[in-house]
Amino acid sequence: MAISPNSFRTGPDERGHFGIFGGRYVAETLMPLILELEKAYNAAKADPAFQSELDYLLEHYAGRPSPLYYAKRLTEKLGGAKIYLKRDELNHTGSHKINNVLGQVLMAKRMGKTRVIAETGAGQHGVATATACALFDIPCVVFMGSVDVERQSPNVFRMKMLGAEVRPVTAGSSTLKDAMNEALRDWVATCENTFYCIGTVAGPHPYPAMVRDFQCVIGNETRQQMMKAEGRLPDTLVACIGGGSNAMGLFHPFLDDPGVRIVGVEAAGHGIETGQHAASLTGGRPGVLHGNRTYLLQDKEGQIIEAHSISAGLDYPGIGPEHSWLKENGRVEYVSATDNEALEAFQLLCKLEGIIPALESSHALAHVMQLAPKLPKNNLLVMNLSGRGDKDVPQVAARMGMKIES
Amino acid sequence: MSRIAKRFAQLKADKRAGLVTYVTAGDPDADISYQILKGLPAAGADLIELGMPFTDPMADGPSIQLAGQRALKAGISVDKTFDMVKRFRKETGDNETPILLMGYYNLVYQRGAEKFCKDAAAAGVDGFILVDLPPEEADELKPYAVAAGIDTVLLTAPTTDDKRLPAVLKYSSGFVYFVSVLGITGTSSATEEAVRTHVERIKRHTMLPVGVGFGIRTPDQAAAVARHADAAVVGSAIVERVKAGLDDKGKPKPDLVPGVFAYIRALADGVRGVRKA
Repeated sequence: MAISPNSFRTGPDERGHFGIFGGRYVAETLMPLILELEKAYNAAKADPAFQSELDYLLEHYAGRPSPLYYAKRLTEKLGGAKIYLKRDELNHTGSHKINNVLGQVLMAKRMGKTRVIAETGAGQHGVATATACALFDIPCVVFMGSVDVERQSPNVFRMKMLGAEVRPVTAGSSTLKDAMNEALRDWVATCENTFYCIGTVAGPHPYPAMVRDFQCVIGNETRQQMMKAEGRLPDTLVACIGGGSNAMGLFHPFLDDPGVRIVGVEAAGHGIETGQHAASLTGGRPGVLHGNRTYLLQDKEGQIIEAHSISAGLDYPGIGPEHSWLKENGRVEYVSATDNEALEAFQLLCKLEGIIPALESSHALAHVMQLAPKLPKNNLLVMNLSGRGDKDVPQVAARMGMKIES
Repeated sequence: MSRIAKRFAQLKADKRAGLVTYVTAGDPDADISYQILKGLPAAGADLIELGMPFTDPMADGPSIQLAGQRALKAGISVDKTFDMVKRFRKETGDNETPILLMGYYNLVYQRGAEKFCKDAAAAGVDGFILVDLPPEEADELKPYAVAAGIDTVLLTAPTTDDKRLPAVLKYSSGFVYFVSVLGITGTSSATEEAVRTHVERIKRHTMLPVGVGFGIRTPDQAAAVARHADAAVVGSAIVERVKAGLDDKGKPKPDLVPGVFAYIRALADGVRGVRKA
């Protein structure tokens, strides 16, 4: 049985571990770089000038704080919990990804790096990175699986407009994990001048902690906004999980509030039972990939199994190591939603609230649709609306058998 | 004394450097892969690295990635890799040539580090080179490897400075592997001067032999490395010879195995042509 720690917010330890998860499983060539980054990040955290520059950008460039919006019609329709949407889809570039990217690109600048690389799945992190690199005039290369290049073409074009080079990756399953492999391969060869801007709370230490810290602005704002709106903390938090950065950003500031129930929603693809899904926590087991130990989709021997999700941003066979730890100690509940459930949720939010959600965030909403009706009306539920769905319109239209006329 | 230590002692007595050859286990299929393994010592390999294919080989370039995919498609597994080594020891009677498994840590972790070490030792494996297990995480494997009598060869890179080297060396046994370029396998090559400088630097910190790899493709390059290091490691270029021996449909041509051996002989001639003090 897992023993509850005094606090759920003190991780990782000095070696980058959350319990048995996390760590630094990287090639030796990268180790000194990762240690240098850790040192630089610790210095930045202690530097008020760094935080104030980041705060300025978050407010005036990204448009924070994002609203905490009471979704009245959705609440009435579901007939249970009072549902608030944390509107991170309103950020500049259309998702929560910009929160982390601004922090990391400031780190790149601080460390004197002259080139930035990133991996992307749905393209949201790629777009955010290309945006910040345009702003700071830093050359940017984004690795993207060729399957994702196909299904997220609007974002590919956006990245190119912003001056980034998009490199399609055809190795392996040609999705997010392969993009990450390729970014790591580039980084090994270019580490002296290149900063690797990882898009989620995964990878070798210090990335999971650093990305989490940059995303915690979501949860910190939510606390204040909910206190202002309702005079108390929320009762329930729900967010979708691929690598898990939007979820960690919302969850982490509430981990030590025992009254707050926290639920992460993974992508169940065609259904967990079909084996074609991206739910590492529900259908995987601990393993080592991409620099950290975490829950992974893998076969008996440890070969990685390709994930499946309608949402390119959730289509990853792993998850951030802190989520693995939070699953094992039971602080956070992890559930899943299928492609079809997400599509249904996507359409519901469009019609009821006039908001087109990202397919990623639609997974969180799919679970809210099941959970909210079972909760009392005074249960304050916050769902992180982590991204907007404009990028998904062509894909959803095709799925619904509709043609977009130009 | 381990097979690896003995082999390096013998090389020293012979006043020459060694040739370490990498091949991917199960590439292009189990049968041909075994034929290659079996003939490596006669072709001039002093130590053998047997790659364990992994779906996500983050430190490898296209040649070794493709070799791993061919092998996985043909059904390679960890058990079958151990069986290859077992069969090699039994059928060839070669009890001197060290065999090291090279790959990624997840395959070790899934079997359980302790069981993996025991099974490997029982099969006749002498050492591990695990690309993604730096000294920071090596504690979870090292005690079991020591108990099973398996050497752990850690990697050092041009980015590994003098301050960090002792940490790497603390977990290394058998030899220490210097990755001579910044990058993945099979891409760029280091200059002889860079190899010399780094090997001298590493040798100031350790008595262990130093093997140098990444980017060695020609007998001349192998000879240049042999002038300064205790061994030259060649991988991608050998694996490319395997690929060259496949027809358009991926079926092995009759000259595949002889082609691989001819290439290794040329490399071995390069290495053996260098006399050392």
